[in-house]
Amino acid sequence: MKTDVIKQTLLPALMDILPAESILSKAEDLHPYECDGLSAYRQTPLLVVLPDSIDQVQQIMRLCHQHKVAVIARGAGTGLSGGALPLADGVLLSLAKFKQILQIDPLARTARVQPGVRNLAISDACKPHGLYYAPDPSSQIACTIGGNVAENSGGVHCLKYGLTVHNILKLEIITVDGERLTVGSEALDSPGYDLLALMTGSEGMLGIIVEVTVKLLPIPEQAKVIMASFDDVYNAGNAVANIISAGIIPAGLEMMDKLAIKAAEDFIHADYPLDAEAILLCELDGSRLEVDEQIPHTISLLRSSGASDIQLAKDEAEREKFWQGRKSAFPAVGRMAPDYYCMDGTIPRRELANILKRIADLSADYQLPVANVFHAGDGNMHPLILYDANIEGELERTEEFGAKILEACVAAGGTITGEHGVGMEKIDQMCVQFQPAELAQFHAIKHAFDPDTLLNPGKAVPTLHRCAELGAMHVHNGKLPHPDLPRF
Amino acid sequence: MTDHTKHLQQQILAACRDNSACRIEGGNSKAFIGNASNGELISTAQHSGIISYDASELVITARSGTPLSEIQQALAANNQQLAFEPPAFSEQATIGGSIACNLSGPARAYLGAARDFVLGCRLINGKGELLQFGGQVMKNVAGYDASRLMAGAYGTLGVLLEISLKVLPKPQSQITVKIPQVANDAILIINQLAAKNLPITASCYLDHHLTIRLNSSQQNTVAASQFICKQTGGRVIEDDKGFWQSIREQTHQFFDSSTPVARLSVPACSQLDLAGEQLIEWGGALRWLKTEQDIDSLRDEIKPIGGHVTAYKNFKPSAEYFQPLDSSNKLLQQRLKQAFDPAAILNPGRLYKEF
Repeated sequence: MKTDVIKQTLLPALMDILPAESILSKAEDLHPYECDGLSAYRQTPLLVVLPDSIDQVQQIMRLCHQHKVAVIARGAGTGLSGGALPLADGVLLSLAKFKQILQIDPLARTARVQPGVRNLAISDACKPHGLYYAPDPSSQIACTIGGNVAENSGGVHCLKYGLTVHNILKLEIITVDGERLTVGSEALDSPGYDLLALMTGSEGMLGIIVEVTVKLLPIPEQAKVIMASFDDVYNAGNAVANIISAGIIPAGLEMMDKLAIKAAEDFIHADYPLDAEAILLCELDGSRLEVDEQIPHTISLLRSSGASDIQLAKDEAEREKFWQGRKSAFPAVGRMAPDYYCMDGTIPRRELANILKRIADLSADYQLPVANVFHAGDGNMHPLILYDANIEGELERTEEFGAKILEACVAAGGTITGEHGVGMEKIDQMCVQFQPAELAQFHAIKHAFDPDTLLNPGKAVPTLHRCAELGAMHVHNGKLPHPDLPRF
Repeated sequence: MTDHTKHLQQQILAACRDNSACRIEGGNSKAFIGNASNGELISTAQHSGIISYDASELVITARSGTPLSEIQQALAANNQQLAFEPPAFSEQATIGGSIACNLSGPARAYLGAARDFVLGCRLINGKGELLQFGGQVMKNVAGYDASRLMAGAYGTLGVLLEISLKVLPKPQSQITVKIPQVANDAILIINQLAAKNLPITASCYLDHHLTIRLNSSQQNTVAASQFICKQTGGRVIEDDKGFWQSIREQTHQFFDSSTPVARLSVPACSQLDLAGEQLIEWGGALRWLKTEQDIDSLRDEIKPIGGHVTAYKNFKPSAEYFQPLDSSNKLLQQRLKQAFDPAAILNPGRLYKEF
């Protein structure tokens, strides 16, 4: 077998680079690496390597490049799109041992960290300096900064504080042929093309990230949260628009629908109103003065937008309780069915009511319930489809349902993924969002970095061939999606 | 308000066929930035007009030839703004040119650069293909971030057709504080203040004074200015709008110079001992230096501290305008250029003489 041959060739060479315990090759050792946070997709890797120095990573990359073996980088494996799904004939490169915070510079407000450092660990370490790292994906307790860069992770505070791409300054990367390259700098710009932007969110397809310099912000003096209930989802959407139009940029602005409220309430008892059609959680942060000014203004905007009930968390404990419900929404919904499938489409906010209607219709068609949680401030939706993988065909129906939601997001002027990445999961929907020439341009970018397609091959950008085949199955409105595409 | 996509695409396709160079121009306000680039003029000036703007979505989409001033007026009517404060340098400046040059004004260190506000774009690549990347939403990780890549590419990767930008509310109030100080201490002070919950949106050091701009609600700016004055011995200055505009537009007398002006982009807290008059922005990260020093030797001095030097004004044209790249980085960037523009017809040489 080909994979056995590769394995026998690589193993002795890897033993020269790494200590034996940093190379996993037995089936039972490989098992934990067969999937990431998207457990519906599984594949045992050829080998797993766990280097702990940049030099080792360079040697591994040179070796794999020489033998034309694919390399898949992995952080904590919390990704939700199968971006770190292994290949049977590829090496899985775990950055888990790169766990050190190398330097915190409180004056420059930067931290230089290794890629395996957990997102929350950065903020914890910077706390004594009154600083923190702003992007806060919900998995922040476990996910690593290297993975955050690879996915351009967001979180609930994106509208005000931006995504990963806005909060990093510099990367050290190892190219496919083992060269070390600095991308970005501690200055605010770098000569030449903005490779930092290109690397961020590139899903391990362009290089291996071995060091990250992040920006730090002062911890807000005060943060307060308001919970508003609505009898109508449409009004909740309008409230969001009214707050933003009034010149207020909340630190977090989250919406949950009735099923998500019920799930969270049953699980956490956050005192959520069970009779509401939707709730909005609106967090305001900044200096004490600023927040004290914004609170009454926001409350009056919520009231005039038709909120049926408005509660300001009276203290820190209540604020945390309000948030606890939202932050536990996924596991809470998970209790309602054997499995759930989390979507990640983003839409212009004005389309919210239409999309929710479309999701409700699809839910009825497929007879699969959906709970909606929504980063309302930035239009990023997370419909959670409830299903049972043990029922034959139900996963497939769920995936089809999910694909239709994403197609609706694209049709509404949005995108198939706001923050979870394309990975393996949404690769077919890329054919819906992009035209062949655009996909070809992505492949040309990939080729500039990785001419032999060895870095995480097959993820994030579909081949034109794949889209053509899919097009043959999916005919929209009587039109073939890619009429100008060569068929081969 | 016309769509010239077809015309522009035909021009690029023709240039492709003839393998002839194109010189892309919007309002011709930033021609002095970058190396000289010769070629057939491709003007985006007529490809103009705001396509969509919804204040509650915080997003504006406009054709590349739309005058910057038109965009700013539309935003101001809704109490919003381009937070990166792009310098115009001329009434004719367009949004396409501003993004292609990734130019950001005094707020850059505190609110972000032009590239930070790019959400998506439509462009024509060097093969004459119409492409669309990103979108009109804040969060979008589908495909590589090719739209942000256009910011600062100086038109060498594509002719920008449409740009979607995130916009922000205009703060209610502005106060400027001026503090007498020596340069190195000024950099220390501004960075210490930036680590507090203060609404700092700009800083400038010139003539032994550190000037700090605050933008927020009225109450908050007043409180912040009182705090800073008390801490530093500074005082509030009146009529500050003209000052910040002169810094942004480089109409301040500092820039009225016949000696070469170098643009130094460095880690903000760097303590540099440089000969020549300096104007320091962005909390220390941007330093304008009037210098007679040879550009190569200046670059050799700045590179080890993690910075780079642009031959901004009045240098001899034989010098590379932007700091040359290391060999592995250069190779990668050249390949990226080829990926978008295989025949090298888009603004050849403007960014680097070699590509």
